[in-house]
Amino acid sequence: MEIVITSAGDKLTDKFDLRFGRAAYFCVYNTQDKTSKFVSNDIVNVQGGAGTKSAEKMIELGVKRVISGDFGPKAKQLLNKFEIQMVMLDESDSTIESIIAKISK
Amino acid sequence: MPRRRRLRRIVAPPGFKGFKPYGHVENKTAIDLNYEEYEAIKLADYDLMNHAEASKLMGVSRATFARIYESARRKIAKALVETSEIKAVYGNAHLDNDWFVCNKCHARFNLPNSTENACPICQSEVIERIQEK
Repeated sequence: MEIVITSAGDKLTDKFDLRFGRAAYFCVYNTQDKTSKFVSNDIVNVQGGAGTKSAEKMIELGVKRVISGDFGPKAKQLLNKFEIQMVMLDESDSTIESIIAKISK
Repeated sequence: MPRRRRLRRIVAPPGFKGFKPYGHVENKTAIDLNYEEYEAIKLADYDLMNHAEASKLMGVSRATFARIYESARRKIAKALVETSEIKAVYGNAHLDNDWFVCNKCHARFNLPNSTENACPICQSEVIERIQEK
């Protein structure tokens, strides 16, 4: 299963991003072979609809779970429709590494 | 301590808050029909599914489904005979757009199309449904 974690940078030591639509990078973590890759979010600077576009990207990537700080109403609706699980964490100080460590326990 | 009761997945909540009989001798009692019992009646007698299919949909075993269904039928029969009101109550159900909070790591999450009832972060089974305002 592939899981997306919103990230502020493209390294595992970078901070977890609490925003979904406007996160700088999406870390795609594969639970089977424990690999991760970073996908840059090119819609960080658009005017509106970042949540919707990011949600569409999640559908495109075919992930089953998204971990972020919060989700907007439009993103929520879309992710719900495609049965992608949303997880909200309040840990703004955690790194991507530590979150991966937690979920792969 | 008894085993935790699994949440029963339901597709949609009932479209009513309750049913009231009319033209009867005043009876103040009410019977609580759980969402999962309503769902069991709906799947088995309205959608005409067999118990095995219906139980898969609700994320419980066939035997458990049969028990929920039986309890639902008995409650409805009791309400009809004793002319009491039927009230729809939440029970042990979970809906697709429900949100949960993990009591261990405080992560909030939803459980779309899943029959698992564990926290996606720490796998703890101590989770609670977040009440809608």
